[in-house]
Amino acid sequence: MFKTYSYPKFPYVQSAAQKTGEVVRHKLVIIGAGPIGLTAALDAAAQGLPCVVLDDNDTVSVGSRAVCYAKRPLEVWDRLGVGERMVAKGVGWKLGKVFFQDRLSYQFDLLPEDDNKMPAMINLQQYYLEEYMVDEIGRLPRVDLRWKHKLIAIEQQSDHAVLTVETPDGVFTMEADWVLACDGANSGVRAMVGAQFTGQFFQDRFLIADVIMKAAYPTERWFWFDPPFHPNQSVLLHRQPDDVWRIDFQLGWDADANEEKKPEKIIPRVKAMLGDDREFELEWASVYQFACRRIDDFRYGRVLFAGDAAHQVSPFGARGANTGVQDTDNLLWKLKLVIEGAAPLSLIDSYNEERAFAADDNLLNSTRATDFITPKSASSRLYRDATLQLAEQPEAEFARKLVNSGRLSMPTPYRHSSLNTPDEEVFSGAMHPGTNCADAPVKRQGREGWFLNQIGGGFTLLSFGPTPVESVAFGSVTARVLQVGRDIEDEKGVLAARYDAKPGTTYLLRPDQHVAARWRGFDEQKIVQALARAVAA
Amino acid sequence: MSLTLTPNIPDPDDFYKELIDSQRHMDDAQAAMMNCKLVLLLANHIGDRAIIHEALRRAGGAV
Repeated sequence: MFKTYSYPKFPYVQSAAQKTGEVVRHKLVIIGAGPIGLTAALDAAAQGLPCVVLDDNDTVSVGSRAVCYAKRPLEVWDRLGVGERMVAKGVGWKLGKVFFQDRLSYQFDLLPEDDNKMPAMINLQQYYLEEYMVDEIGRLPRVDLRWKHKLIAIEQQSDHAVLTVETPDGVFTMEADWVLACDGANSGVRAMVGAQFTGQFFQDRFLIADVIMKAAYPTERWFWFDPPFHPNQSVLLHRQPDDVWRIDFQLGWDADANEEKKPEKIIPRVKAMLGDDREFELEWASVYQFACRRIDDFRYGRVLFAGDAAHQVSPFGARGANTGVQDTDNLLWKLKLVIEGAAPLSLIDSYNEERAFAADDNLLNSTRATDFITPKSASSRLYRDATLQLAEQPEAEFARKLVNSGRLSMPTPYRHSSLNTPDEEVFSGAMHPGTNCADAPVKRQGREGWFLNQIGGGFTLLSFGPTPVESVAFGSVTARVLQVGRDIEDEKGVLAARYDAKPGTTYLLRPDQHVAARWRGFDEQKIVQALARAVAA
Repeated sequence: MSLTLTPNIPDPDDFYKELIDSQRHMDDAQAAMMNCKLVLLLANHIGDRAIIHEALRRAGGAV
């Protein structure tokens, strides 16, 4: 059926606990082995936190689905040991073209910033992404990944949850101190705990098709507004590895999903789009519908939500999987510290504080893009078309800035987070408390490397000068010193420039590679206070 | 700076005629499209969001 990819079938294994009927209490049970659940499992393992992952299926994502992965999630995956493989297989792109009706409106270059290990964006079918993570998990004894395990009920107790799970061998019970629901937009867990999933700012349907095409189309992102081959709607063409091209046809909310999915309906559409007789084969197609909404609280007792289970956005700007990975990046180190008793329960609540803020930012961006792509009134349609017509004029650069076919997914800084220690001194540049750390080329023991590969997992004290101690502790939470000029070399000066460093400048960096606090000197007392604040103590 | 409401165009009758004449050959749809482009061009020229906001409000916009 699929010509470019063989779907793995992962073995179902009955657990010892189900065989014996013993009710085992786990520290963390993750529901769903999609991109977010698998990332969470890798992060748990990196934190030294054993976990069980339950998935009701036994293979990876069918079809390309998420496709676009941005720099920040790639950095997270790199911290977890799978980023390089994704980038090696993925297709990088820089040039985007925007078409309006029958002509090119303009083109743009992503202009990725130099001196970063990870590219601005890659395209990669979701099944590869998941396969690589499953492979990696196979090497990690702390992750117990169980296929054909379907969660059918959750009962919450004061300090744990009781899970009823169905397998091919029947139904059994397990317990978890914490449950992390990564079971997607139609999350069953969300329904089981009675969470609200509201705010339908917008809804639409898309036909998404993977087409195998050997023809020499350039590796660019092509976006059409109102093209002659698909009037009044938008179309997006993207290249993926293996000569597979991903085409998204916007259908509108009233479209009949089952009808539009039929090959006899899809093939003429693709033919009209290609505009000639070049050969292609249809690999996979699906109708995708979405709404923009989020869960009212990312935590319900002992159940936490991440990814599409917590927030659903429009596909413009690739904000689904990309933001989901940043959820688990934010959560896992907090869970570890709370489970170990090193931090109070309120640290977990900062997960909702920080990631609900990010979800709202994503929803805002995604709603703005959808409003541009699908104008809601004749008047807004006129403004949209006027913008696109002006954008064609070479001098009218301002109009091209107004065209919104989805803004590149960028991480949302946690500017107002209660975990931040506000600056007391003047800094310039982007590295405000709450911001994800910028990368930079560095040398370690004479070897070329990258700054982000030197940090993460635990707290780091990045110091641009000698320090009186090698680490600072608050209770059992320790921040270790990483000294520029001793532990790492900043030969190109990029690190110092990006962090606005002067001799003595010190940054406290969180385990998820975000800035917690910064100073112009090294004051142990202040560092201890900032560390306490960063773990919500 | 706030939105200028005192006369600011030296030859108002001539300006108004140029505005009207510029759309004389157009049907309603073409004129509406031109008006949108004009708003976008002038708004970008002004640039100051406070001024644009005040103009949107004074024009009867729900801002």
